Amino acid sequence: MNVHQSLSAAQPVETPPIASAPSASDTMVRFESVSKIYPAYRDKPSVQALAGIDFAIPRGSITGVIGRSGAGKSSLVRLINGLEKPSSGRVVVDGRDISALSGRGLRLAQRSIGMIFQHFNLLSSRTAADNIALPLEIAGWSKADIAVRVKELLALVGIADKYDRYPSELSGGQKQRIGIARALATRPNVLLSDEATSALDPQTTRAILDLLANINRELGVTIVLITHEMSVVRQLAKEVVVIDAGDIVERGHVADIFTHPKHPVTQTFLSEVVGDSIPVSLSSRLVAQPIAGGQAVIRLQVRGSDAGDTVVARLARELSIDVALLSARIDEIGGQHVGSLTIGIPGGDVAVKRAVTYLSQHNLAVERLGYVA
Amino acid sequence: MSPELINLIIQATGESLFMVSVAALIATLLGLPIGIFLATSRKGELFAAPAVNGILGVVVNATRSTPFIILVVAIIPFTRLIAGTSIGSGAAIVPLTIAATPFIARLVEGAIREVDGGLIETASSFGASPLQIVFKVLIPEALPGLVLALTLAVVSLLGYSAMVGAVGGGGLGDLGIRYGYQRFMPEMMLAVVVVLIALVQTVQTAGDYLARRVNRRLRHR
Repeated sequence: MNVHQSLSAAQPVETPPIASAPSASDTMVRFESVSKIYPAYRDKPSVQALAGIDFAIPRGSITGVIGRSGAGKSSLVRLINGLEKPSSGRVVVDGRDISALSGRGLRLAQRSIGMIFQHFNLLSSRTAADNIALPLEIAGWSKADIAVRVKELLALVGIADKYDRYPSELSGGQKQRIGIARALATRPNVLLSDEATSALDPQTTRAILDLLANINRELGVTIVLITHEMSVVRQLAKEVVVIDAGDIVERGHVADIFTHPKHPVTQTFLSEVVGDSIPVSLSSRLVAQPIAGGQAVIRLQVRGSDAGDTVVARLARELSIDVALLSARIDEIGGQHVGSLTIGIPGGDVAVKRAVTYLSQHNLAVERLGYVA
Repeated sequence: MSPELINLIIQATGESLFMVSVAALIATLLGLPIGIFLATSRKGELFAAPAVNGILGVVVNATRSTPFIILVVAIIPFTRLIAGTSIGSGAAIVPLTIAATPFIARLVEGAIREVDGGLIETASSFGASPLQIVFKVLIPEALPGLVLALTLAVVSLLGYSAMVGAVGGGGLGDLGIRYGYQRFMPEMMLAVVVVLIALVQTVQTAGDYLARRVNRRLRHR
């Protein structure tokens, strides 16, 4: 790069500020104090699925919505594409109040919102190509246009050779690829993924998530990822919203939420990924009182970039303690180390106190679990 | 068996096939939409109209629970209104159609309800209208079940058609009763039964084959 270029690069951008336009256009989906109450029916009491939630999904982002079953995830996704109406509040998608639309207006708006499903929901009576063609037929495309578009989509999702196969002849991963192609057929701005990988094995899940990441990157489609699996959020999402009992309990960048979870529900989800649990062989031997000649069991939470990767070695060296490593799991999430170490400290109360003080000084969350022989 | 008797059998077979095929055709045209409506009009469904659904269900049940032979006699004035007469194969089509329509409607309802509800939601999610869902999702997906339902309806109609002989409807049943039973001609009775078995067998085999052809769910190449 020569001086001239670097100078011009430093100049203020002179093109019209389209990219930094008003905040409304940076938002793809906005929930404005949205409540959803299912009225009592027969012997079932009324259920509040969503309790006045407010949040925005940035344009072009991949946002994970995570929650336990019954937390309100399904209601949330169905409110975005207008399959359900909020009991109160508004859902604005791409600047349009989708909750105010109905009939033909709603159906037109739905064409710019694609959706993929846990069980793929392909028509068994149609081939792969004809399944992808369905939303185009519904939108009234001509046969010739449909043929061209379907061919593009088959190539995009990497199953061009399966165009004439029926769903019963395809694997789960191939079916979900058709589902993705179908969801993208009408060139939507938003792709809703409702537990789309929950019925797939880990390898296929990875491949499908990679495909979704590519689609987000290349087509700029905003992806909303509904899931109960933190591993899916970790692999794909940049933003995460944690919901529980119809309310948003935590939200933010994936790396922040993973490194500093605040809400108990988030911590539970996190423990699935980072493995906070200790092995049964260890937990079954734990006792509350010190045992002569035994070890104190201590768990260190590793959260952040200054991981405890060397602290155990330093602890052993500087305090001359024979630290036993009992179990450990550390992952890297968004460039941050997240995990836990369980160590055994021999030598009675004094040694344990010194070790705990040392570790606390190094900003590690320390938890005394008990003692083993 | 004399050539006259064989001619009688051929003629009666023709009458039976005429009655059954016309009745089946009209009953399908009426029963298919009624069945689809029954399957999609409960609370929260595509064409939700729970009250209409309830009333229609009662009417269908009432028709189905009336014994066919009573139905035939009870609606003679109506038959005369439609067909101009209450006697003969043409007139017999009226009660056959009225009996088969609710039967087909219930079978169609069952076949349509077999379609995974997730597919309706899927089609709705990309903006399909209720009619598009019926024609692009429900009917194609239910097709194997619909074919089997119609097969069953035709077989039942062959059975019903034997009863319309009681009001001069003609056909194989009439022939069997009049010649085989009342004139003590067991060979005639046997011949009628054999022809009926052959007809039922043919219809069922054809229906099974067709249902398999249109079923993509379990097909493997």
